[in-house]
Amino acid sequence: MSKLVAFAAIQGGYNIVSKVEGDYKKALDTFNADTPVGFPNTAYYLPVIYSLLGIKVEKLEDMQKVLTFCRKLLPPHIKSRNHLPYLGPLLDAGMAALLAFEIKEGLRYLNEPDFYHVSEECDPENGKLWLGAAEDTVFRKRGVEFVDGSAPGFAAIVGAAPTPEIAKDIIEEYQKRSIYVFLAANHNGTSVSQQLVEAGVQVGWNTKIVPFGPDISSAIFALGFANRAAMAFGGVQPGDYKKMLMYNKNRIFAFVNALGDVGTEWGAAAAGCVNWGFPTLADTDIPEILPTGVCTYEHVIANVSHEEMVQKSVETRGLKVTISDIDIPCSFGPAYEGERVRGADLYTQMGGGKTQATELVKLAEMTDIEDGKVNVVGPDIGDIKEGDVLPLGIYVEVAGREMQADFEPILERQIHHLVNYIQGIMHMGQRDIAWIRVSKAAIDKGFTIKDIGVVLHAKFHQDFGAILDKVEVTLYTKKEDVDKLTKRARGEYKTRDERVDKMTDEDVEIFYSCTLCQSFAPSHVCAVSPERTGLCGAYNWMDCRASYQINPTGPNQPIEKGEVLDAKLGMFKGVNEFVAKASRGAITQYNFYSMVQEPMTTCGCCECIAAMLPSCNGVMTVSREYTGETPCGMKFTTLAGVMGGGASSPGFVGHSKYNITQRKFIVGDGGLLRMVWMPKILKDEIKERIEARGAEMGVPDLFDKIADETVGITEEEIMPFLEEKGHPALSMPPIIG
Amino acid sequence: MAEVKEIKKVAKKAKMADPATASIDPATREMLERAQKLGVETIFDRAVTMKACNIGSQGTCCKNCSMGPCRLPLPKDYDEATDERKGLCGATANTIAARNFIRMVAGGAAAHSDHGRSVAEVFMSAARKETEAYKIKDEGKLRQMAPHLGVATTLEVDGEVQDRDIDEIALEVAEKSLNEWGKAEGTVEYLKRAPAPRYEIWKKQGVLPRNIDREIVEIMHRTHMGVDQDYKNLMKQGVRASLADGWGGSMLATDMQDVLFGTPFPLVSEANLGVMKEDMVNIVIHGHEPVLSEVIVEVAQTKEMIDYAKEKGAKGIQLSGICCTANEILQRHGVPLCGTFLQQELAIVTGACDAMVVDIQCIMQNLANVAKCFHTKLITTHPIARMEQDNVVHIEFDEHHALEDAQRIVKLAIDNFTERGADVMIPKHKSPMVGGFGVESVQYHLGGTFRGDYYTLNDNIINGRIRGIGGVVGCNNARTKHNEAHIQVVKELIKNDVIVLTTGCNAIACAMEGLLTPESAKVFCGPGLAEVCETVGIPPVLHLGSCVDNSRILLAATEVVKAGGLGNDISALPAAGSAPEWMSEKAISIGQYFVASGVYTVFGTVFPAEGAPVFQRFLFEEMEKMYGGMWDFEKDPILHARKMIAHIDKKRKELGIDKARERVMMDMSDRMALEV
Repeated sequence: MSKLVAFAAIQGGYNIVSKVEGDYKKALDTFNADTPVGFPNTAYYLPVIYSLLGIKVEKLEDMQKVLTFCRKLLPPHIKSRNHLPYLGPLLDAGMAALLAFEIKEGLRYLNEPDFYHVSEECDPENGKLWLGAAEDTVFRKRGVEFVDGSAPGFAAIVGAAPTPEIAKDIIEEYQKRSIYVFLAANHNGTSVSQQLVEAGVQVGWNTKIVPFGPDISSAIFALGFANRAAMAFGGVQPGDYKKMLMYNKNRIFAFVNALGDVGTEWGAAAAGCVNWGFPTLADTDIPEILPTGVCTYEHVIANVSHEEMVQKSVETRGLKVTISDIDIPCSFGPAYEGERVRGADLYTQMGGGKTQATELVKLAEMTDIEDGKVNVVGPDIGDIKEGDVLPLGIYVEVAGREMQADFEPILERQIHHLVNYIQGIMHMGQRDIAWIRVSKAAIDKGFTIKDIGVVLHAKFHQDFGAILDKVEVTLYTKKEDVDKLTKRARGEYKTRDERVDKMTDEDVEIFYSCTLCQSFAPSHVCAVSPERTGLCGAYNWMDCRASYQINPTGPNQPIEKGEVLDAKLGMFKGVNEFVAKASRGAITQYNFYSMVQEPMTTCGCCECIAAMLPSCNGVMTVSREYTGETPCGMKFTTLAGVMGGGASSPGFVGHSKYNITQRKFIVGDGGLLRMVWMPKILKDEIKERIEARGAEMGVPDLFDKIADETVGITEEEIMPFLEEKGHPALSMPPIIG
Repeated sequence: MAEVKEIKKVAKKAKMADPATASIDPATREMLERAQKLGVETIFDRAVTMKACNIGSQGTCCKNCSMGPCRLPLPKDYDEATDERKGLCGATANTIAARNFIRMVAGGAAAHSDHGRSVAEVFMSAARKETEAYKIKDEGKLRQMAPHLGVATTLEVDGEVQDRDIDEIALEVAEKSLNEWGKAEGTVEYLKRAPAPRYEIWKKQGVLPRNIDREIVEIMHRTHMGVDQDYKNLMKQGVRASLADGWGGSMLATDMQDVLFGTPFPLVSEANLGVMKEDMVNIVIHGHEPVLSEVIVEVAQTKEMIDYAKEKGAKGIQLSGICCTANEILQRHGVPLCGTFLQQELAIVTGACDAMVVDIQCIMQNLANVAKCFHTKLITTHPIARMEQDNVVHIEFDEHHALEDAQRIVKLAIDNFTERGADVMIPKHKSPMVGGFGVESVQYHLGGTFRGDYYTLNDNIINGRIRGIGGVVGCNNARTKHNEAHIQVVKELIKNDVIVLTTGCNAIACAMEGLLTPESAKVFCGPGLAEVCETVGIPPVLHLGSCVDNSRILLAATEVVKAGGLGNDISALPAAGSAPEWMSEKAISIGQYFVASGVYTVFGTVFPAEGAPVFQRFLFEEMEKMYGGMWDFEKDPILHARKMIAHIDKKRKELGIDKARERVMMDMSDRMALEV
């Protein structure tokens, strides 16, 4: 009976809006009307309100406009007989409730600044379970997964399961499917978040289980996350509510699970979510809404048993998910990637300074290896006891007609996340500084070192089947073998690095395109050359080449660089032609090595954004992690908002961290010597490489001459520092022609 | 002579209508019995005393010149190969039937379009601010219609796009609209509102109307003695004139009425004679044009008038309506429906009708005779629609003095309250209803402010919950049992999960039967349609307004096409049209523009081409090849509905949605392919 749902949810809408109106009045008694309000570290204001209505809530009094809108949106109550149609009114009431929820949460940040833990990770031991609104850094990192499909969707779970075990079972099923879980609201005095902590499940952004807050209103953070992703990566303009909601319906496959009694307020929230195309599945007996249309399939399904909740949810949303079926005793999937193995949970570890752990992938002859063979040379888990450590050498031999030595490092880099995908296993580092920590829980399930080999064999075949035919893995756990492997590996690494390092744009005739993000930034076309890695930091020239070979019709296509039109600025005829075609005429040409003149386009995914600082005669760059102000007057998120979406904006360019110290980095504008400001976190991260590249350019102490936020965050503030240090940029020709 | 009189008297007594077979509606039966008891003759009685002309009803009586009438009835042993029927001039049965047919189109198109013109003229005076009574009420609708007439709604000031002044838009829209009736060049602007492939078909067939009036005039010319004598060529003009009605005069009338009086939005009301109140002044408004009635509604609610009514001993003023004026003021104000076309005399027979105010179209002259038997003031208001009887009051309505005219009328009704006879009998029967649907409100209710979209409807058609869409419209016809065919057709359709869009007297009939209540879905619908109705909270039969508002059905169908998933033209939709109890020329014009818009359209009662089977076959079969839509005729309401359902099923099959839809599970690349 939809009528009952409509009746209750509209009632709920009225209650919620009235309560929030009261909260707002109270806030006005305490705070000045012009008190700044908002969620922490975001350029999207109150994001649901901003994205749908285009209203920027910056000051307390800005909330009035939104509340007035909510009040107007509330439809008349539903009569019991000869009533008027209610589907539209029901969805409107739901929307009013959700918009009011966002105001309510905005007020909470004002009234109780410490209520939410502003972090990616929870700290339940210290009572910091609730994460609240994701900062822009978090949503940028995570949001990409939603738009590129690596996270198929999210489950917004409200309430609490009957027992912590049931909660854990449901969440594990989602984890297996790589589906993010967003948690809000409570039932019977507890919540799924608390139940998971009780059951020993790690929660936080890193495990893709996010406890937003204890009230139903905190469910709004899930929608704010989705809408920000649509704005940042989907290019949806604030205020274009139709497109925003359709984007969510057709791209972001989310849904709601209601665990516990669905009252009028939950009902209103569920109705609100239908606007997004997000259906609700409940474990209680509530009226169902089965016809389709606003959502892809059913809108409300009731009486779903806990065993069926996940399967039914995925079906109702029409979400195709693949569960990796790999023959190991532990669960496996991207959901476990961010899981930690803390000291108390640790059974054994390899590497990390305690022992040596080394990884090496090598090309082998087809006849020399046996596919699927996993050799463990030395003791395995059964041979050691809790607390013991082992050295480890992971040696993978790969053969295939399409396999070549250049792909070795690409495959090798997969080891990190693939091992991390095993539940209860944590992997850090790479090459000869790998570190694997195995939890007691994994041991309880029967994990052995051999399973690492099983995983690598299976996943290499799954993901790289186009280039390889055989994979054999050998796992060494005896010190002498590991040392021997390490020695050999170090030699390999050196050769490889030199090969990549020495490779120049002049050496190759082929660059590669990357249009992975193009569905989100329609005119953006990344072109990747040996000396200009992809601006997301994820793809270098080698990767693109491998990717092209693995999937010849995929997003990485070869570009004949063709005639060199401008060697200094880096303009190539072939690239221009490709770009014009791939951007459907939106962009006709760009330069590889300049940010001042016709720079390359930028999508929302870049690691760093460089901006010109005219009065310093130099440039600055800022990475995503740094949330503060910068000398160009914009934070990273603001810059990304201005730049993203595939625009070529002279004076700005997106780039990867690695690119900063590549030889061609804005070499047309003077190169790295122009760099006058970087956030400390970025500067420190690539310190060695700055020093090396600085020395190469004749300024060995360049690192010390680059200002950071400890010096200042305006051009005026850093200028005396630059002068004092004698920054090379000051004596260079004017940056603008 | 005496002998003849005697026979007539006997016949009259013997042949009074039997209320039980005259109508399915209890209120109508009660009032018919009362009329007969009081010796008041009504249309029901005349229908049994006077037979329809057999040849005329076959469409093969030609009286276009004084050499005739030439009568060409269909012979009992008709054989197409040997048919040599001709008029004096040699006109074949096909020519005669086609000429008569398109003259009906001309009559209907003229009625709708002249109505539209009146509205356009009022619109012009409102735009020019020459009248107090009318204003631009719905600015949103004005901005929405303007671009379709080539009127800009924005302008650039210093490189910035701004909204254009609403008064300026109104003036230009008024000028451009009025121009549509008689412009010298070009074609009717609104045709481009149709799906693009539909427009192309019209272009290819050469039937794009040039202006509204011209096509009607050309029909009169072509059907004059000795002009167009090829039934196919005659029908080409019939199509052109009908399009000038549906996508021209009617659509403009609807749009401008919405701008002046507000776009309808769902509301509750009641229907049938029982809405009249014994202790109140009953003013029954009848006809088709809302221009005057809008002001009467306003005036009747003023304190001044209500106080005046109380002074006269009444508790207040009860307005109600008959025919399409009723539908107009129902849709916008919730004024209850008093009855259908066939109940107009009966409203007076209650003895409680203090004034019946009529404007244009479907007003029976016999009203004056019935009014004479009671205290009822029958007030004609339109200069083109007067009556010869001396008891009829004429208060000519002029938009420049609308308020005064309306006050005079309402006052007259109130004054007449005290003249009522003792014998008042209002039937108890009335039904609750929900009305006020339109293209805009349906869209809203399919998903609200943020997600309102016809796709929600399409999705449920694709998934089979809704089998298709039926447009059931049209008049009453005293030659068939009142409302029986209307109700049976509609019930059969909704039983088979076909959602019904209704206008005109069909809408009133459905309202009286309770089919316009959301509760009726559970009782009468198939499970799929019932579920959708329950989800959206709608009745299974949606009231879209008056007969000019059939243009709303055209636009709703266009919206359905646009929303996607059901082909790219109206003719691809699983939809069918019907007029089960038609009688007026307007119905033929409507039917023809539905057919030409790609809709399979079935008529009941009689079909005015039965005397010319070859011509009839052209309408029933060959038109489908030309327009994707075609005529059909079926008297039996159940078979009538089933023919519509069969057509809907045919279209479902063509669309490939005749089988249960699979649940598609989407991965990211599938999702990328979806539009956002």
